[in-house]
Amino acid sequence: MFKKLALSAVAALALSGAAFAAGGAGHVEDVDFSFEGPFGAFDQNQLQRGLQVFTESCAACHGLKYVPLRTLGDEGGPHFSDAEVRAYSANFSVYDPELDDDRDARPTDHFPGSSLENAPDLSLMAKKRAGFHGPYGSGMNQLFKGMGGPEYIYSILTGYTGEEKEENGTVFYENKAFPGGWIAMAPPLYDEQFEFNDGHSNSMHHAAEDISAFLMWTAEPKMMARKQTGFMGAIMLAILASLLYLSNKRLWAPHKPRKDNA
Amino acid sequence: MSGIPHDHYEPTSNGAKWLHKRLPIVGLIYDTLMIPTPKNLNWWWIWGIVLAFCLALQIVTGIILAMHYTPHVDLAFASVEHIMRNVNGGHFLRYLHMNGASLFFFAVYIHIFRGLYYGSYKAPREVTWIVGMLIFVLMMATGFMGYVLPWGQMSFWGATVITGLFGAIPFVGETLQTWLLGGPAVDNATLNRFFSLHYLLPFVIAALVMVHIWAFHTTGNNNPTGVPVRTDSKAEAEKDTLPFWPYFVIKDLFALAIVLLVFWSIVGFMPNYLGHPDNYIEANPLVTPAHIVPEWYFLPFYAILRAFTSEVWIVIAANWITGGIITAKFFGVLAMFGAIIVMALVPWLDTSRVRSGRYRPMFKWWFWLLVVDFIILMWLGAMPAEEPYATWSLIASTYWFAYFLVILPVLGVVEKPLAMPNTIEEDFEANYGAKNATPAE
Repeated sequence: MFKKLALSAVAALALSGAAFAAGGAGHVEDVDFSFEGPFGAFDQNQLQRGLQVFTESCAACHGLKYVPLRTLGDEGGPHFSDAEVRAYSANFSVYDPELDDDRDARPTDHFPGSSLENAPDLSLMAKKRAGFHGPYGSGMNQLFKGMGGPEYIYSILTGYTGEEKEENGTVFYENKAFPGGWIAMAPPLYDEQFEFNDGHSNSMHHAAEDISAFLMWTAEPKMMARKQTGFMGAIMLAILASLLYLSNKRLWAPHKPRKDNA
Repeated sequence: MSGIPHDHYEPTSNGAKWLHKRLPIVGLIYDTLMIPTPKNLNWWWIWGIVLAFCLALQIVTGIILAMHYTPHVDLAFASVEHIMRNVNGGHFLRYLHMNGASLFFFAVYIHIFRGLYYGSYKAPREVTWIVGMLIFVLMMATGFMGYVLPWGQMSFWGATVITGLFGAIPFVGETLQTWLLGGPAVDNATLNRFFSLHYLLPFVIAALVMVHIWAFHTTGNNNPTGVPVRTDSKAEAEKDTLPFWPYFVIKDLFALAIVLLVFWSIVGFMPNYLGHPDNYIEANPLVTPAHIVPEWYFLPFYAILRAFTSEVWIVIAANWITGGIITAKFFGVLAMFGAIIVMALVPWLDTSRVRSGRYRPMFKWWFWLLVVDFIILMWLGAMPAEEPYATWSLIASTYWFAYFLVILPVLGVVEKPLAMPNTIEEDFEANYGAKNATPAE
């Protein structure tokens, strides 16, 4: 019971942040992500780098409890090989009720949840922090610039001013993007923190973009499939509509002589 | 079925005759499909088909979603994520269902306003209108309960706020609220019964839709002129009408394909645009979101609910006269339900003899102002409860009631209608030419 209450209190802290975000506080930068727009796609290399950022930095405190490890091998996602997914999964240990003991995680398991109590789970972060419907609540930025949760995550990660303050034993860090301006999370990223296999720039801004893209994938893993279904369906409906238009025109023509002649 | 004279089904083969004597189902289908339909129906008449499609879409996607969903407070949110990640095609099904609700309401609002403009509610179609209003109310109940099922923050707090409205009813309110929720607060019992009812109500809606169709097949469709179909003879009726199949089926299907093209693109490319991001946060009874905002299709009525605060004179007066029984909150609840009730009573509030708004020069202005008013209310419903929105909400809500309770009754008396065509045929030929006229070379 106590644990539940403590968790709720922590969530309360996290949520009050979200609520403010909905009010439009905090400055969110627009980033041109590869997955924006109807034809935007995830950049497989970026997702793989993002996973590395998550593993080497975020995972220390945060979890991804809704994300099955096997989906790291999915097409339209990071698309690792089976062997890579198996090897990566073994980094985590999970509790197995059948063994009544911990064992190495397998691809069929999920990522673990947050290990630090007041660190929110990141599985859906990119979807639940998309509430800055600017300007004036019209949602136009979201519609035309494709601004959403990934932009918010990027802005938080790069928004630290370097100021700190202590309140009741907790250190808060000033952050331009965080609603209210002070966040309990210490600046997690810095330049040249990671060594990327693909030789991509490891400046802090690039690492922040990579992890934001990765978290967009964890929140919306079927985005590519969804857009493809949307595209195929739209084409077929356009063809169907054209045929029905012609049928309708022909059907009514004998009853509409004036239109027929025009 | 319809009062318009037309050919009825005659079974020809022995088998068909045998069945027809025992169950005239083929005849029923024939008469339903071949119903004479005013040939001058314009594109505003296509939304009925869109709505029928929406109901079917929601039932089909909903039944499949229910196979994978778990109505339990600890598991519901995760089961939705399970649908989004692990169920084959589950992400698309869920987005179709979620945005299907938006299409459903978008269509129903156009359908209702079309009825209001062309006077489709007037005699002899009052029953069609009332049944339609019942369907609309059930749709709202179904949509509301469906929004609770993913058990996100807005689900939980929306449910808390809306069921709290019943608590505002004097004397029985609290008991009623507890009975509705199955406990003192929104919890597992609430989620379970909402799931059960969310599954049940669409079938009640389906039954009422059949009654709705039965009713207007009895009276015949209204049409843009409001002039009735001539029913003295079959020959005359045939000059005003064309059979539903194939003329209107193909026309409506064409329109449906266009609507679905837009709908499918929204589902494919921006499925979360109309939703609230907070609903991707699992429900937490201990944390209240800063703004509890209902889905967009409830916003106009939500604005009316919030418009009548304890500072408004009519609320103060009501409170004083009833000795405190009518509180500001209860007044708001009455206003919200009242907004739908006055709309349901419009067949008896509109005093004009002229059915179609096309021939009512003054009515037109007030009608379009009502449409604008509705859109403004929708925007106000999403704004925080503070000035200047509170005052604007009050003005906009007042216009909603004034339209039905004052303007429509008065207009019928003071307005001088324009000249109307004598027949539907005349209206149709004015636009499209006469069928038998020799085309000019």
